Amino acid sequence: MATRWFGAPVQRSEDPRLLRGKGNFVDDIDLPGTLHAAVLRSPHARARIVNIDPGPARGLPGVHLVITATDLGGVLEPSPLLIPHPALTEPRTQLPLALNEVHYVGEAVAFVVADDRYIAEDALELIDVEYEPLPVIHNLEIASANNAPLVHADVPGNIAAHFVQTVGDPDTVFANAPHIIHETMSIERGAAMPMECRGILARWEAHEGMLTCWISTQGPIPIRNGLAAIFHLPEHKVRVVAPDVGGGFGTKIMMFYPEEILTPFAAIHLGKPVKWIEDRRENFISSNQERGQLHEVEYAFDDQGVLVAVRDKFLHDTGAYTPYGIIVPIITACTLPGPYRLKHYYSEFTVLYTNKVPVSPYRGAGRPHAVFIMERIMDRIAKELKIDRCEVRSRNFIQPDEFPWDVGLVYQDGGPTKYDSGNYQAGLDKLKAMLDYDNFPKLQGEARQHGRSLGIGIGCYVEGTSIGPYEGANVRVESDGRVFAATGVTSQGQSHATTFAQIVADQLGLSPGDVLLTEGDSQAFNWGVGSFASRAATVAGSALHLAAVKVRAKAKQVAADLFEAAPEDIELAGGRVFVKDAPHRFLTLGQLAISANPLRYAYGENARQLMSMKLAGPRPGPALPPGRGAPGLEATEFYSPSHASFASGVHGAIIEVDPKTGMVSFVKYAAVHDCGRVINPMVVEGQVHGGVAQGIGGAFFERLVYNEDGQIVNASFMDYLLPTSAEIPSITVDHVETPSPLSPLGMKGAGEAGVIPVPALFASAIDDALSPYGLRVLEMPLYPCRVYELLKEIQSSS
Amino acid sequence: MKPPRFRYCAPDMLDEALSLLDKYGEDAKVLAGGQSLIPLLNMRLAGPAYLLDINHISELNYIETEDGYLAVGATVRQRQVERSPLVKEQHPLLVEVVQHIGHMQIRNRGTIAGSIAHADPAAELPALLTCLNGEVVAQSVHGERIIKADEFFTGYLSTALNPGEILTEVRFPWITPQSGWAFAEFARRSGDYALVGAAAVVTSSLDDHCISAHIAYLGIAGLPLRVREIENMLIETTFDEKVLDEASELARTFVSEDMEDVHATVDYRRALTAEITRRVLRMAWARREH
Amino acid sequence: MQEQEDTSMFSEENLISVTVNGHLYEQHVPVRILLSDFLRHELHLTGTHVGCEHGVCGCCTVLLNGEAVRSCLMLAVQADGMVLTTIEGMAGTNSELHPIQQAFQEKHGLQCGFCTPGIIMSVHAMLHENASPSEEEIRHELSGNLCRCTGYQNIVEAVKLAAERLRESHTEVK
Repeated sequence: MATRWFGAPVQRSEDPRLLRGKGNFVDDIDLPGTLHAAVLRSPHARARIVNIDPGPARGLPGVHLVITATDLGGVLEPSPLLIPHPALTEPRTQLPLALNEVHYVGEAVAFVVADDRYIAEDALELIDVEYEPLPVIHNLEIASANNAPLVHADVPGNIAAHFVQTVGDPDTVFANAPHIIHETMSIERGAAMPMECRGILARWEAHEGMLTCWISTQGPIPIRNGLAAIFHLPEHKVRVVAPDVGGGFGTKIMMFYPEEILTPFAAIHLGKPVKWIEDRRENFISSNQERGQLHEVEYAFDDQGVLVAVRDKFLHDTGAYTPYGIIVPIITACTLPGPYRLKHYYSEFTVLYTNKVPVSPYRGAGRPHAVFIMERIMDRIAKELKIDRCEVRSRNFIQPDEFPWDVGLVYQDGGPTKYDSGNYQAGLDKLKAMLDYDNFPKLQGEARQHGRSLGIGIGCYVEGTSIGPYEGANVRVESDGRVFAATGVTSQGQSHATTFAQIVADQLGLSPGDVLLTEGDSQAFNWGVGSFASRAATVAGSALHLAAVKVRAKAKQVAADLFEAAPEDIELAGGRVFVKDAPHRFLTLGQLAISANPLRYAYGENARQLMSMKLAGPRPGPALPPGRGAPGLEATEFYSPSHASFASGVHGAIIEVDPKTGMVSFVKYAAVHDCGRVINPMVVEGQVHGGVAQGIGGAFFERLVYNEDGQIVNASFMDYLLPTSAEIPSITVDHVETPSPLSPLGMKGAGEAGVIPVPALFASAIDDALSPYGLRVLEMPLYPCRVYELLKEIQSSS
Repeated sequence: MKPPRFRYCAPDMLDEALSLLDKYGEDAKVLAGGQSLIPLLNMRLAGPAYLLDINHISELNYIETEDGYLAVGATVRQRQVERSPLVKEQHPLLVEVVQHIGHMQIRNRGTIAGSIAHADPAAELPALLTCLNGEVVAQSVHGERIIKADEFFTGYLSTALNPGEILTEVRFPWITPQSGWAFAEFARRSGDYALVGAAAVVTSSLDDHCISAHIAYLGIAGLPLRVREIENMLIETTFDEKVLDEASELARTFVSEDMEDVHATVDYRRALTAEITRRVLRMAWARREH
Repeated sequence: MQEQEDTSMFSEENLISVTVNGHLYEQHVPVRILLSDFLRHELHLTGTHVGCEHGVCGCCTVLLNGEAVRSCLMLAVQADGMVLTTIEGMAGTNSELHPIQQAFQEKHGLQCGFCTPGIIMSVHAMLHENASPSEEEIRHELSGNLCRCTGYQNIVEAVKLAAERLRESHTEVK
């Protein structure tokens, strides 16, 4: 069936509302009688709580509730461990409020509910907490040292997990390899920093026994399930809605943040709606962060530049808890082989606790680290053998006829890391053309003669996307012809309302504007996982497609009966249904929906018009014949992928570096991207742009700096530097399309792609610009002072 | 991040404001543009019992040409100066410096005097005032004091203003038309507080030898710093590359040992200071008119 | 006697009178309530968003007497007697999108939409001052508004398109 909307750059249906300021973010929702909450947070990274005295706070006029851990009763339990794993032998999740000890600056210690947030913050200042500070484990070196102090008293060596995967026979290959290099590489923390902080509004209706929560989250349905369990309510008596969400980027899927438990608890206790909105200071110290890893990498290659084996041993900083299991380091381990034929690979990681904010995925989720390492390897091989960097990569690429390619590892979904399709050389060829790569050395040489240091860098990646376990969708035609679709994922800017409508519209012969999507509301659709890991478009999109296909088939069947034709001769187009070659005799989709519902009574103009058409009367037998299924034109379908599908791409940039100041500016940035079949190219490009900007932020502007007391010393936007429009270059995007054979529409995920190769290509470009100095970047993020220091180190050692 | 409780007053006469400040000075803070004070209130790093809003005192909103200096009243917005045809024509260095302050949304509210009174060592206007050897007028119920720039800035976020005093006027001395002037800074992002910066004004004789030089820095010490040693070594020179090298090297030594933060080590600041010195002196020299 | 009079000049609550999007509001407000909170929670104009409350992100940008300002860095009492425009005041009286809003739609200049109202208000002020900004000028003038979703690319394109359309409509009006 030819598609009209799939692949089209349809303008967004979300926009008019958002452009007018009529968005519906959690803090915009105003229920009468709402009270406002604030959280008292630990000022110490590690301390024993000696005593908490909430008394003075309780006495402040306008304060309704002040609770500490001992007030929580049965709710005082560690929050659920979301993704257990056999290697995660010492998981720890946090209590909704700290009981005897605090483990990071920002950990929730008390919860206040007051008439407004101003008073609630006044009350926080009146809560007296006596702490006994303890030694702080503020980085991986300390955490992993012999006789290190312990983040959790019962976790020896601060080791949460230890995991080894081996592919092939790396030991033998290393023993026989002509070239072996060993390097240490490190990546440090950054944070998602969505423009909208977290937030939750909870309402308890006692007469109905119904809990409703509006949460700025990426995973409303699992939260619904968890809240039902925690508060001993039937699932259908808990409704969780993700309204408009102002960016997520992974930080809003860590279920359960304490506030997601405390706010409903307070609402139930007080019988009034309670709202908690995170402020930016809290976002820095209590919303999850990511990116801290330390790698010891050994790699072997032959004289042709073919990489024959890799050993990667790394430490992963999980912060004070492991709410999201060990997904991030698993993804790092599985992403490292990249687009290359790596048949012998040893991966070992140790997950360590530190007294810092807990770690869970942030856009990229472990992949930027892996790509940094592998792309640094490729650049070094090129340098050692004096081969062009792109040529080395070409010699190592998996070829288009070698798919499916089994990397030999178990991916984050428990399935195989098996690349379904790709064409890495085609991507690199496009990128080289976009950057005029072959002419660059000449440009660089001329610039050097004028005292300017230009460099070009590239980064190739393969990204596992579209994992299960499943998503589902419901598609329903109503009697006025409008189509309602519902699914369990939710959007934080990914344009689902538009893109999913495109998928459904194609099947039902409508335009996307006729399809109204509801997502992220457990009442509208009961089953779902969430929007993360670049999966929503493929998995939920496929479910919507399957449901729409079913509705289409049903529509054809009903119409076939009415028109006395064969179902295969029925067409749906322009909102109408007719026998092909006889378009003048049509039913609207709405009329067909009425016909499909054999009630004795029918309402409205559509029904009256139906009466006047001479259609086949009902047949003898049941009004709903066997095989027809439910009345109406409606279907619910689920899609469960057999395993992940693998998107890929390559980015490149030309930069200029000032060696005297370490300052860097972008001259050109290009991205080539393959996410299989694309629903809406405008949306995908926008996602790539945004990802690149976060990647540039994470490579050169953003770094979370913890001091030895475990305090973040730059916990504000003044000193944690999000790049602005003046720092981000123009980004040119081109596409390669290798459809995935795994899903019905051939899609792969796109959400995280933009950020993944940026640290790698940035290092590559800086090395190139400063090649006369012999710089080799082995750490991320960089910043001008650090570039200056690295250059000084080289100059003083030579 | 909501402000703590305070009591608020917005008088429309200066003497009313002064008498209120006299009474509550120790527990009061003056609110002008609010671009520095309100973030502190929101973060609860400041908790004055009284907030005295001077924005309604219309007699404080003026930009006037005086003998020897441009007088800017306390409630003049940075954006007013930026857009003023008078200032563009008569004191272009001031306009250039103001354009480096934050973003336009900040400059639409932030005041010239407020930036001076706040005395952030990384702020542009205190460095400019220091470079020009300008002065401020501080008024209280006891009368008026004129305070020179090099006595006004006393340390990190500290000035010679006493409780009970309002900074009512800032005076930027004129630059002679033949002078060369320049301002430059290194910042991580557009609109950030600078890592280091410098303002310079130079004049030369008809045969191209320097007869006077002013240079002042922001971001290298806990207060804006005018470096007379550099100024003196530039006299009589023709600002050739060798001289600029020497000046740059000398500038490094004035970076204070405690100027280390998340963005820059002391050593790096020294490197930036050397570089900014070279740039600003080169630009100023090139801008001279004869 | 004198002491009592002075104290009464300082208050914790004031009656303020503000015109927002052409509508006059008179309300008693606590003196410490931020203008951003006043707009959102007292006037229920929730289109202006709060992203940082320390004056960097620009999500809270509104027009105060025509100038773009950060409403999180003003007390509501400071807006007494002033004229404000928020995002809700940008669309026409017949609800048509303003050319700037229209350009953002066409160029996919928004994703989650949280920073968008602040950006549109800043763009409105920018184009009023400079009707033909270059790309570099656009990027510089917009650097006071952070966006985490779009990478700014399409925002810049939207501003260029809006500038072009506004210039055309002004020449038509002439």
